[in-house]
Amino acid sequence: MWTEIGWPLVVVAGVLFVVLNLAAVLIWMERRLLALWQDRYGPNRVGIFGVLQPVADMVKIFFKEDWVPPFADKVTFVMAPAIIVVTVLLSFVVVPFAPGVIVTDINIGILFFLAMSSLGVYSLALAGWASNNKYSLIGGMRTTAQMLAYEVFMGLSMMGVVIQAGSFSLTEIVEAQRGLWYCIPQCVGLVVFFVAGLAETHRIPFDLPEAEGELVAGFHSEYSGMKFGMFFVGEYLGITLISSLTVAMFFGGWLGPWLPPVLWFAIKTLIVLCLFILIRASLPRFRYDQLIEIGWKYMLPLSLVNLLVTGGVVLLMR
Amino acid sequence: MWSHLRTLWIVFLHTFQKRVTVQYPDVKPKIPPRWRGRIVLSRDPDGKERCVACYLCSVACPVGCITLQAGEDETGRRYPKLFRINFSRCVFCGLCEEACPTCAIQLTPDFEMCEYKRQNLVYEKEHLLISGCGKYPGYNFYNVAGLAIGGKGKGEAEHETPPVDVRSLML
Amino acid sequence: MATIYIDNQPYEVKDGQNLLQACLSLGFNVPYFCWHPALQSVGACRQCAVKQFKDENDTVGKIVMACMTPAANGTRISIDDVEAQAFRARMIELYMTNHPHDCPVCDEGGECHLQDMTVMSGHNYRSYRFTKRTYDNQDLGPFINHEMNRCIQCYRCTRFYNNYAGGRDFGPFASHNHVFFGRHEDGALESEFSGNLVEICPTGVFTDKTFKKHHSRAWDLQTAPSVCVHCGLGCNVTPGERYGELRRIRNRYNGEVNGYFLCDRGRFGYEFVNAETRVKEPLLRDDANTTLKAVSKNDALTRVRGLLRDGKVIGIGSPRATVESNYALRALVGAEKFYTGVAKTEHALTATMIDMMRHSPARVPSLREIGEADAVLVLGEDLTNVAPMMALQVYQALYRAMLPEAEKAGIPAWNDAPAREFIQNRRGFMAIAAPADTKLDAFAAVTQHIAPDEVARLGFAVAHEIDTSAPVVEGLSEEARKIAQAIAEGLKKAKRPLVITGPSCGSEDVLKGAFNVAAALCAQGADAALSFVMPECNSMGVGLLGGGALEDAVAAVESGAADTVVVLENDLYRRSEKGLVDRLLAGAKHIVVIDHTRNGVLERAEAVFPVATFVEGDGTLVNNEGRVQRCIQVMNPQEFVQESWRWLGEVCGTVWKNIDALQAELVKALPVFAGITDVVPGAEARFVGQRLPRQPHRYSGRTSMRANINVHEPKIAEDPDSAFTFSMEGFRGKVPGSVIPSYWTPGWNSVQGLSNFQEEVGGALCGGDPGVRLIASDKQAGYAGGAPVKAESRAGEKLVVALAHVFGSDELSALSAPVAERAPKPYMALNPADASELGVKDGDIVEVTVAGVALALPVQARPGLAVGLVGVPVGVVEVPAAQLPAWGVVKKRIEG
Repeated sequence: MWTEIGWPLVVVAGVLFVVLNLAAVLIWMERRLLALWQDRYGPNRVGIFGVLQPVADMVKIFFKEDWVPPFADKVTFVMAPAIIVVTVLLSFVVVPFAPGVIVTDINIGILFFLAMSSLGVYSLALAGWASNNKYSLIGGMRTTAQMLAYEVFMGLSMMGVVIQAGSFSLTEIVEAQRGLWYCIPQCVGLVVFFVAGLAETHRIPFDLPEAEGELVAGFHSEYSGMKFGMFFVGEYLGITLISSLTVAMFFGGWLGPWLPPVLWFAIKTLIVLCLFILIRASLPRFRYDQLIEIGWKYMLPLSLVNLLVTGGVVLLMR
Repeated sequence: MWSHLRTLWIVFLHTFQKRVTVQYPDVKPKIPPRWRGRIVLSRDPDGKERCVACYLCSVACPVGCITLQAGEDETGRRYPKLFRINFSRCVFCGLCEEACPTCAIQLTPDFEMCEYKRQNLVYEKEHLLISGCGKYPGYNFYNVAGLAIGGKGKGEAEHETPPVDVRSLML
Repeated sequence: MATIYIDNQPYEVKDGQNLLQACLSLGFNVPYFCWHPALQSVGACRQCAVKQFKDENDTVGKIVMACMTPAANGTRISIDDVEAQAFRARMIELYMTNHPHDCPVCDEGGECHLQDMTVMSGHNYRSYRFTKRTYDNQDLGPFINHEMNRCIQCYRCTRFYNNYAGGRDFGPFASHNHVFFGRHEDGALESEFSGNLVEICPTGVFTDKTFKKHHSRAWDLQTAPSVCVHCGLGCNVTPGERYGELRRIRNRYNGEVNGYFLCDRGRFGYEFVNAETRVKEPLLRDDANTTLKAVSKNDALTRVRGLLRDGKVIGIGSPRATVESNYALRALVGAEKFYTGVAKTEHALTATMIDMMRHSPARVPSLREIGEADAVLVLGEDLTNVAPMMALQVYQALYRAMLPEAEKAGIPAWNDAPAREFIQNRRGFMAIAAPADTKLDAFAAVTQHIAPDEVARLGFAVAHEIDTSAPVVEGLSEEARKIAQAIAEGLKKAKRPLVITGPSCGSEDVLKGAFNVAAALCAQGADAALSFVMPECNSMGVGLLGGGALEDAVAAVESGAADTVVVLENDLYRRSEKGLVDRLLAGAKHIVVIDHTRNGVLERAEAVFPVATFVEGDGTLVNNEGRVQRCIQVMNPQEFVQESWRWLGEVCGTVWKNIDALQAELVKALPVFAGITDVVPGAEARFVGQRLPRQPHRYSGRTSMRANINVHEPKIAEDPDSAFTFSMEGFRGKVPGSVIPSYWTPGWNSVQGLSNFQEEVGGALCGGDPGVRLIASDKQAGYAGGAPVKAESRAGEKLVVALAHVFGSDELSALSAPVAERAPKPYMALNPADASELGVKDGDIVEVTVAGVALALPVQARPGLAVGLVGVPVGVVEVPAAQLPAWGVVKKRIEG
């Protein structure tokens, strides 16, 4: 009884709690780290080191006027921010935090993640459409094209790992990395996956859907208050998800000496998260044609070659 | 690609560098004297108002936040009867100071002038007028202008000859 | 047409011009100081230097002054030539050596021709390091401020004041670089046109003293086209407003009317708008014993609506209210219950003048055309004091009549100095017959100071001398016949003779006499003109509307046919006998007054509506030549103040959407006003989709002017009546002449920028001069019959005649402090012969009862006044001009 219903419930609650709070903490962390790399302090007034800044932000964001533009498609407009949060949260279902600490260890974990991230595109596309604003619409269109391009080789880049591990289940993939993390044999896959992850979460340097220099704020130009906040929560959850998956697939997940497995997983994820932020602190945004060019001309062939070589090597080794 | 990685590394190295932020208001920053902050009206070395109400600051103001009304005292000296700056509109561009022919209007390093009510940001002449010369000591417009005012008759300004005797045909 | 080459490009220009005129008309920026379109060239300032070439092979050329070189066919010049540019820059540097460091405290700054020309010439750094010459200033009276240090010795002031306007108390003094312009001693400038020095002076030597008291820069003034309300000529003006106060009046060019100039009454009489005596709220009185109390608009409207519903209402219009306001009153009370608000005599005279204009064989000239007459006869009018701008034009006519002779001697008309040297004191023929001497007498060949009836007889006699078929004057003395003959001879020689008359003598016979002279001249084949002086700014408009005289209104009230009187912008005490007005006000049960200024009638009212002055509302006025012109609202008035016609619309419930709607209705009711809708583009007119801005593009303080009241800026006021907006945003470009808010074009901030709005410099405004003539003559009338017999003099009585004063006789301008300062003290003028007969000397108090008013006034002996007449200054003493002339017993006050 306990192991069938109770423990999964605890895990679900724990995952929701940790992940949602992490999104808030990430906001603080990102601002602090950006400041660090830009020789500033960042938020340091609210609470010690400014850790309560997200709380203050939340309070503020909840008290903002919850405004729906009169020209917007109201139902879709309200729905869009919810979709992204829901799809990203659902993806966390398949992430193995530690042995047994997983919501459900389905044997097609990776495919489930890919499916969910594809659904997430709807959120942004619909937000752009429903806002009934040319900047939002352009933002939405950019998201769609970007996601289409990058999801293809994101999936392909993961296939090398799947081939090596012989399973779609993330738990088994982690277990298969005892001895050698896949970041060594699958280094090309790692790079491709990471780049695709950046694009999936439309982070700098691939944040074209919301490029404020040209599109005001892209697909969320018309959003305010908590609906705007939802997009941000969605974005930070997305980063966490990509980081977790990167750790699970390429850096041995929870594997590590001395410390408890969950802690190992957390430390590794945090490091990848920091990399996300470092990239934001360093790189400028790509042009749209560059983005598409990188996707179709470099990353897709690269991932195909990686798949071919991995497949060949695995076949030879057998 | 290489340049991207190099950038990442360089930025990462900033982790170990000193932060440049000044922890205002715990630490008061040193503001240079030509900072464009709160606007004041200064006085000439004699202690009289420098402003001659020429309206150049108000016309130079890109946001139209300066308004004034010229007046003239009994000796012929011009002064602003009314001088108002709406700081809730001011963009501190300093064009008024550049336009001022008498060094009367000056921007100061004071920037701490927030208010909870916008109405309190409307400064009248009594709020603007200071007691000294400000940044430009020594300049006295009426000493170089041709206008006669109390205490300075015609031909008594710098570089002026005494008034012409119009009834004389000689020099 | 001549072809000239400017920088190797051919241009077509009019014949007989100089190069400067031609260049400016073509739109080139050539700097100049001493030249002025009205004053022409003297070549004094050397600023308009251009390089002239012999032919296309000439590469050396020589520097010439554009204003002194004829634009002859084939002339080749270069404006952009490096040497010419350098010459102009050095010239202006020389001018600037002594110019003081005054711009910040100079009222001219921002609209200064010297500033513009300095920038245009490219002199921007001063290399002169020595001392500056200075002058002591003079007190030139309440109108003009003098700051002689700023002078650049262009001589424009004296050329205007002395040569153009005939002033005698001003001029250049001293020599070499000490030349000084001013009076021989401190004192007010005597000329009625001294205010034009402000616009004539290219820099800040002469500035507007009234404007100085509440000085604003030109770029801060909200302006709109308007029309002067201080006499019947309808000069175009540009009033400027700031902070809800009328700050100044500037000339608005209308080639057909006032041209470049204004009289001092029009320029400085504006302060009544800012006066303490203005009514700013609706007022109501509970019963006869209480005072007027400010009430809400609704209370006032409810009360007045009740009065009008229950009472038998008549409406009294006004010659100083707009056509629209008078019409609105007429619409409210009905045409047969509308009275023009002027006394019987003036009412009849106005009707006669309109009738004469409708049928006269002579044309009715505009002011410009008056300036082109070559012989002038003035009957019974003191033009300088009644219609000053007409006097100025007559003065021009007399000078210009001699120009053909100068041209015969090879001097082009634009070459002012030699032309004046050649003409000397010779002037065109002018004859003046009036009860008293006038300023123009000095330039008249024949002057007659005679009683009004004799003026009329002289008119008839002159007509008869010109054309024997004109009515004969019985019992004319040989002496008078000789004078008539002399006048007739003078007029007969002229090609474009002009007869001017008006209602000042209070005599229809004077009008008829003048009419006959004009008709006789026409019969002789001359292109004669007949011009009438109108007493007030809209006398003509009210005359065209029709209606009864004031006496008829009194009769209606006293007969019981009416018990409620609506008085529109009319101080009846100024327009009719006191007793009569008292009877009217006493007889009426309810008096509703619609006016902007407190006056005797207003104090008796039961309800008062505050109305807009000419700068606060929209309306049209009809001037003496029948030209209808529009005053466009300049400033946003106080909360309750609005045009009379708006109040009347609200009272009767038929609110007109805007002035266009009212005018459309007016034209339907009175087709004579058909042209009124064409005066300005309507309220719906847009220019490139935009309205026209009242505020200059540099208008300052828009976010701080009202910040002391509320830091949040209000929405700009809407203007339903015109294409203008109370904003600095809108269309700035070529617009019809009637809607030019101010003269500004890039590089031309001063009033000289006007030339960029004219078709050719000094000519009509682009798209035609503003105003529409309502009256065209059918030329059907024959001679007015019935030459008057000589009036019997009454034993022991003297005829009291009106003496007009440019300052003081007009109702509204006299409320302006600077004008009031120049107004005469009450006096009684007597011929010295009469004075000695009465045994009085200057300053003795003399009593006379005239038109029911007992006057006790100090005597002023005036040799120019006809014997047997007594003159009193109207507007200054309590007797209304309309009641004069009248007989009265004059006696010395017995002391004790």
